[in-house]
Amino acid sequence: MQIIQTDLLCIGAGLAGERVAIEAAGNGFSVICLSLVPARRSHSSAAQGGMQAALGNCVMGEGDSPDVHFQDTVKGSDWGCDQEVARLFVDGGPIAMRQMAFWGVPWNRVVPGEHTYYKGGKPFTAIEKQEKEGLITARNFGGTAKWRTCYTSDGTGHAVLYTLDNKAAQMGVEVHDKTEAVALIHDGETCMGAIVRCLKTGELRAYLARATLVATGGFGRIYRESTNAVINDGGGLIVALDTGVAMLGNMEAVQFHPTGIVPTDILVTEGCRGDGGTLLDVNEYRFMPDYEPEKAELASRDVVSRRMTEHMRKGLGVKSAYGDHLWLDIRHLGEKHIRHNLREVDEICQSFLGRDPLYQLIPVRPTQHYSMGGLRTNKDGAAYGLKGLFSAGEAACWDMHGFNRLGGNSLAETIVAGMIVGGKVVEFLAGTDTVFKTKCVREAFDAQQGRIDRLLAGQNGAESAYAIRDAMFDSIMVGAGIFRNGRDLDECVKTLQVLHERAGRVGLRSDGLGANPEQALALKIQGMVKLALCVAYGALMRTESRGAHTREDFPERNDRDWLSRTLATWKDGADLPTLHYEPATQTFEIPPGDRGYGGGKIIPMQTEQGR
Amino acid sequence: MARTLRFNIFRYNPRNPASVAHMREYSLGETESMTLFIALNRIREEQDPSLQFDFCCRAGICGACAMVVNGKPGLACHTKTKDMPGEISLMPLPFFKLVGDLSVDTGSWFRGMYQKVESWVHTSKTFDPAAEEERMDNELAEKIYELDRCIECGCCVAACGTALMREDFLGAVALNRVARFLIDPRDERTEKEYFDVVGSDDGVFGCMGLLACEDVCPKDIPLQDQLGMLRRKMALAAVRGMLPKFLRKD
Repeated sequence: MQIIQTDLLCIGAGLAGERVAIEAAGNGFSVICLSLVPARRSHSSAAQGGMQAALGNCVMGEGDSPDVHFQDTVKGSDWGCDQEVARLFVDGGPIAMRQMAFWGVPWNRVVPGEHTYYKGGKPFTAIEKQEKEGLITARNFGGTAKWRTCYTSDGTGHAVLYTLDNKAAQMGVEVHDKTEAVALIHDGETCMGAIVRCLKTGELRAYLARATLVATGGFGRIYRESTNAVINDGGGLIVALDTGVAMLGNMEAVQFHPTGIVPTDILVTEGCRGDGGTLLDVNEYRFMPDYEPEKAELASRDVVSRRMTEHMRKGLGVKSAYGDHLWLDIRHLGEKHIRHNLREVDEICQSFLGRDPLYQLIPVRPTQHYSMGGLRTNKDGAAYGLKGLFSAGEAACWDMHGFNRLGGNSLAETIVAGMIVGGKVVEFLAGTDTVFKTKCVREAFDAQQGRIDRLLAGQNGAESAYAIRDAMFDSIMVGAGIFRNGRDLDECVKTLQVLHERAGRVGLRSDGLGANPEQALALKIQGMVKLALCVAYGALMRTESRGAHTREDFPERNDRDWLSRTLATWKDGADLPTLHYEPATQTFEIPPGDRGYGGGKIIPMQTEQGR
Repeated sequence: MARTLRFNIFRYNPRNPASVAHMREYSLGETESMTLFIALNRIREEQDPSLQFDFCCRAGICGACAMVVNGKPGLACHTKTKDMPGEISLMPLPFFKLVGDLSVDTGSWFRGMYQKVESWVHTSKTFDPAAEEERMDNELAEKIYELDRCIECGCCVAACGTALMREDFLGAVALNRVARFLIDPRDERTEKEYFDVVGSDDGVFGCMGLLACEDVCPKDIPLQDQLGMLRRKMALAAVRGMLPKFLRKD
């Protein structure tokens, strides 16, 4: 058994993982990041839009402050977030953005003078102030009172990830790419690292670490139509859930993005709508103002996605070989804007659709996009249930997004949480020593080697991992898609339970030698079905509608009974998660109220006097 | 009429002692809007689950899926089958270490490159969390981003004649990286310090000027211009020390 030891093991080398890594390395600790792909290919790089931080430099951001950002975030979450965490996030935002500028991110800057901007498809002029020249500027994103989304052209995630990975290289952070954590090493109380499969050779290794961070991003790939990269299959959450003690929070809170292109499900940024893009139906009629007179296309993502689905259900979608879709229209933004400011969008349309967005409409439909849920941590990023285990970024349920996150808040979260959690990891490393129990290491290693050996020997059965995955795709989109109801969810849970059992009988059709891709999926498929069950079962039990979780049979947001966070654990041998609940937030800066968009009734929280 | 595509794909698994490098043929019915991402996944799932290849974002952003498509390095996710003849040959990128079939190890080479060119902002300042950010002209920010758009797919190095002959050659990607920091005022490195990094045959002076790098760059980064700019600067830096003092322009 090859053993590698380090102070901090980051599972995942995207923005959140690397930001935590840099904090630890900067304080003198050794750090190894594991990554399925070279760090810079992490899905963070695909985030085009930007990062929200209340810098208030641009004219449309004047008067912005962390307080205003806080209100937007809590409203956006449909009061499902932890308000203490949301406060930490908004206060840390401006510092984190400036630090990124210091490290090398080429943020777009304020250009003084008169500019033509778009809001709701209509142009208007505004004058950027001379005294703000050269400071970090911002663009408009949905669900926000001010323009506060910092950006670098259409490649914010890319530019920030490249800067962070440069910094990581400078700090001596090791990245072991093409590796996959297949189990955590733990004794039920303390996490001691991970068992890792090398995706270059297929060999197993043990990584011993005093602190372990899960930063593997979202788990969108349990859905067939997802904007997520193919690596976003929830691997970090699976190994956490498999411990039986770590908890996954709010797994039913899954966000759909309004504008995935059809057929490839590649995301075109919300910046399109922020800059004035509009949504049209089969008659090329702009329908959003009918549903949302005030915000129209700029209402929050869950609202826009739902309204689009609602409109398509009325038969007003555009028929295609790949199912119904709607149109995104950015033609009126003009050549300079499309070719320059929205270049990635332009490239996506030309390269993957063969359409020119300057002259043609873009086929779009709501597509799975973001996982609000994840590994539940406290405000320090420390996982519930296991000492020495941390999480940050999309993989974590920290939880500033509640039941819906705002565009630009998640990308900002990666580096703000990375900065804050990184500080807490450093405190932990400085103050705690971990005892590595060789028995735990050996048992964890042997268990994984045994799984692989049995798989290669064909001892489990002959089920196809691909067939099970496809059946999971079919089931979860019907049961736990944009609109949900008790009947379909019940059916979905039952189907997934059967798939969970079948996934235990997977066999290989190929030889399974080396970095064999079939083996990788075979080792993971049961875990993916478990995540799907956490989503579907959590959604079935939550008999209300909140944020992205929309129950047709329970349309009200029920603050009386459901102002809570779902926590899921998985007991060994079970075929369903065990659900627990905790209050959504311990402190209230803003009591639950109306979001001002999305409609829907609210069953109020019972006040002290009411009881 | 839908075509039946014929794929000739390089197969070799270095972890299997019985494996011999060879080309294997697969047939696949073409569907609308098919890209190599869709085609290769269908081949793996329907015909040959051992087939190794790399995709990540499948949207032309991450650079994972570079391979040699009908003789030319490019991103597989970007490649629409309707733009291709009915027979498509796929090979792994040369230059990088083979993992298996179409999958190569770009990560190790690139991490080595970051260290060689010290791919980070060199500054004597420390970050002050209470201070306003340093101002920057928006045009300059956009110029830096232009060069930061590289996705490290490896196509430019795989297509480079010099790199294939001289394994220590930095390649267009590294020279572009140096150019990116050279125009960034936050990086305090002097011309002399840059010269130490790229002013040799492993750097700007090794390039034979074949310029395939720019031809194959999927992001259309003006690699040729960066090379030219660096060469001029480095050549000047090299002779400056030799000139009599009154001729030097510092």
